[in-house]
Amino acid sequence: MEKKLRKVDLIFGEYSSEKYKVLEKCLKMHPDDIINEILDSGLRGRGGAGFPTGLKWKYTKNQDSDEKFVVCNADEGEPGTFKDREILDKVPRKVFSGMAICGKAIGAKKGYMYLRGEYTFLLPSLYKELDIYKEHAKKLGLDFDIEIRMGSGAYICGEESALFESIEGKRGEPRNKPPYPTVAGLFSKPTVINNVETFVSVVMIMKHGAEAYKKLGTTDSRGSKLFSVSGDTPIPGIYELELGMTLADFVNEFGDGDTKAVQVGGASGHCVPRKKFNETIIGFEGIPTGGSMMLFNSSRSMYNVLHDYLEFFTEESCGQCTPCRVGCQQLLKGIEAVKRGEKNANYLEDLKKLTETMKISAKCGLGQSVANPFNSIINNFREEIIY
Amino acid sequence: MSNTENLVKELVAKYGKSRSSLMPILQGVVEKERYLSEEAMISIASELNLSAAEVYGTASFYTFLDTVPRGKNIIRVCKTITCHMKGKDEIIKTLEDMLKIKVGETTHDKEFTLLTVNCLGWCHKGPVMLVNNDVYPELTPEKTIEIIQKYIKTSK
Repeated sequence: MEKKLRKVDLIFGEYSSEKYKVLEKCLKMHPDDIINEILDSGLRGRGGAGFPTGLKWKYTKNQDSDEKFVVCNADEGEPGTFKDREILDKVPRKVFSGMAICGKAIGAKKGYMYLRGEYTFLLPSLYKELDIYKEHAKKLGLDFDIEIRMGSGAYICGEESALFESIEGKRGEPRNKPPYPTVAGLFSKPTVINNVETFVSVVMIMKHGAEAYKKLGTTDSRGSKLFSVSGDTPIPGIYELELGMTLADFVNEFGDGDTKAVQVGGASGHCVPRKKFNETIIGFEGIPTGGSMMLFNSSRSMYNVLHDYLEFFTEESCGQCTPCRVGCQQLLKGIEAVKRGEKNANYLEDLKKLTETMKISAKCGLGQSVANPFNSIINNFREEIIY
Repeated sequence: MSNTENLVKELVAKYGKSRSSLMPILQGVVEKERYLSEEAMISIASELNLSAAEVYGTASFYTFLDTVPRGKNIIRVCKTITCHMKGKDEIIKTLEDMLKIKVGETTHDKEFTLLTVNCLGWCHKGPVMLVNNDVYPELTPEKTIEIIQKYIKTSK
């Protein structure tokens, strides 16, 4: 059942009257109780993939290992996404608290935040807050250190295993899975890796309780989340909304009256045309998103949009596996050839087959998800690609 | 010992000799020297007991770890979809005209390098550029000229 669009103020809302109060409360709890609370809340990862957070923590906790890690994925690189930057700028205390709560829950003593190089300007304020965290951790007798590591301009390092490789000092090339990070993540140790916003949601769940959190959203998509709204909208920006609204409601609120398509979930997400706004639910029962919502009005050529996305993937593909490295290039060359009339329109069907091959044979999410924008744009705006 | 070797030694002393220190060390050299010279990479390799190929292989993977000389100020204009829609072409043209270089080039006085990059995470305030680590959102051609003039003045 869909929900009406409703704005919420949880992520940027008050942490607590005292510094690190929510963390202090969690430190008095049994690790299993923390995990059960998160499981009960139904929280799913806020980076885009949407794996249940409580399960990830439980699997990692259950691993028998002398060392475990908590990693905060702050390598926000999906085109159209800019919410994590705002979180790190406005409420870094909640992020560090969430990481420390995770450390307590799974039995880790070390956390890493992997921050994209493009956000280097955030470092001074992050280090200032990190000092305050360390002071409080000491006072609370908490043995959980947090270190910030920088990325250097590689979209693929937002992929969890590529991110581990990067922290380990290597090329950011994704690993084969399994083993999953919960078994062998950073330095081959059991690792919880969560998105920035996920850690903040954890803190707000631990503050208000799973019961209260569950009242937001739908059965499949509990809670609220941040949306990064950009493109043809009079009010671009970051909005926290309850999950489960229809795209029609969303466009009604944020569109410019002439919206012809919305790209939900960034370049690697799905393009939804106007005729499907009513039936599309934003959430795990419909189209899930890490929060990127790009609106296009009727003045935009969807060929240009797709061309931009394919250029992006061609450049950001790490080049390690052939389906993705060559596939992205061929898709780009392919639509250019169709546009120029060198290939007939049926060639688009061959290209769609190529995306299906990439979906099953590419090593990581990058190559696998190129099919999303490609097929949704080709299927819905075929004439704009050809003519 | 050369300046570069000294810098590498300093960074190794700060971050340690393990493989996982490689990124911070490479980033530290780029911060100071704007790029990774062959000398820097060989020096890092010998300090960390890695092959030079390993160091180069890692560095060349990352867009921000340049292995060719760059200017004192590196301008990176976002070219991804929303900034494209909001007029990044005009911003790039303004910068090219002002600095008399094309994208990918460095000015003769080695003051500025002009590059384009993928999404910088400011889609609601495009077009946007980074000059070194500083962000400049909501650009217009006029604003762009003012910003660059500020950098020209500081360097004189």
